[in-house]
Amino acid sequence: MVTSRNLRTPLGDEVLDLRAGEQVTLSGIVYTARDEAHERMMKDGIPFDPRGAAVYHCGPVISGSSVLAAGPTTSARMNALTGFLLDAGVRALVGKGGMSPAVAGMMRGRAVYLACTGGCAVLAASRMTLRGVFFEDLGMAEAIWAIELDHLPLVVGIDSCGRDIFSEVGERAKLQFTGQFST
Amino acid sequence: MMPLPGEERLFAAVSEATCRALREAEIALPGDVLAAIRKAADLETETVARNELANILENIVLAGDRGLPLCQDTGVPVVYVSLPSSVPFTQTLYDGIADGVRTATREIPLRPNVVSPLDRKNSGDNTGPGMPAIHVRPGKSFTITVLPKGAGAENMSRSAMLLPTEREKIPRFVAETMLQAGGRPCPPVVLGVGIGGTFDSVAALAKEALLEPITTMDPFEQRLCNAVNSLGIGPMGLGGKTTALAVKVKMAACHTASLPVAVNVQCWAARRATVEVRW
Repeated sequence: MVTSRNLRTPLGDEVLDLRAGEQVTLSGIVYTARDEAHERMMKDGIPFDPRGAAVYHCGPVISGSSVLAAGPTTSARMNALTGFLLDAGVRALVGKGGMSPAVAGMMRGRAVYLACTGGCAVLAASRMTLRGVFFEDLGMAEAIWAIELDHLPLVVGIDSCGRDIFSEVGERAKLQFTGQFST
Repeated sequence: MMPLPGEERLFAAVSEATCRALREAEIALPGDVLAAIRKAADLETETVARNELANILENIVLAGDRGLPLCQDTGVPVVYVSLPSSVPFTQTLYDGIADGVRTATREIPLRPNVVSPLDRKNSGDNTGPGMPAIHVRPGKSFTITVLPKGAGAENMSRSAMLLPTEREKIPRFVAETMLQAGGRPCPPVVLGVGIGGTFDSVAALAKEALLEPITTMDPFEQRLCNAVNSLGIGPMGLGGKTTALAVKVKMAACHTASLPVAVNVQCWAARRATVEVRW
């Protein structure tokens, strides 16, 4: 196996060196946020220091002070809700399934999208320690949980140069589809 | 919730069986699904895709070892009951299943996923009006089958009312569903395809197709599966050979002027379990 680059939050310009397709690990604090947390942050402000932060698209299963299961949720739902986080200094978005070309455009020169294997909730939780919570009234799935990561395995899905594995795969799929089903 | 007088024992037995089925489904994948994922991992040659499948297989082992749900999206409870004539078909059956879901939510634990649709208020216990979704059929044995359904894949599902002359468009519709979905439903997926019936029943057929073992596919199912895999979407949409582990089809008769088709998308965590009700 290829050696992974080990990243730690807060992130800086090292994210600019990452290239789509590269395996990395992420350590340090990340903040979970799904649809409702994004809406709340746009209304009431970001409750953590966004500079160099990593936002994890995830609604975990928490029991007491433990993270039991915490795989990624579908990032595309946050496509239209992400710009303010990047403007505030967030350097990495972690999730599954990729994001829109508009988000990839906004990440150029400043941030990356890191893909986490969907459904691998116990694998992810085995690298996590719960550190805090914001907006707990939104409920377990939608609250912002501050979680410390210990080498979570990820792959760079969209790099800061705008290269996007998901859209490349999607373009190839579209060509295949048209070739097969053109009428 | 209190059981009907005289049906306390039935209520308790149904509740216990529902909870037991959920525990089994949420923590361990059925053998046929696990075998299909292992086979996909053996076939894959690209590094990124191989790593994704290796993570999935490691996650399956860890969930089993720790007795924890495979995925944090523990789904909404979809329940199928086989009911012999000796068991009374009353509200107790529905109430017992809901009670089992509440217990499972507390004890496994499951993430509370069920909200009211417009104000998005969470019930906190994975039940609500019309939820769990319960389907009852007559049968020889008294069994409860659960199919916890996560939203990432469910949201990518589609149905269409095709014209009777558009039978050849079915493979296109199935492949197009995954083309639009890309990596969002956590591929490699299992696709349940319903064909025929009515506007409402075709979606139910598609979901029931997901109850079928994926060990074998008939030639039509294999053709649909090949069409999907030729897209190269791969594990998590990062590219690769296996986009669908299997496609399963269920059909019903339909109106001579209709051709309803539905595709229910299921992520790689194709969770299902059947248990006998002990009573």
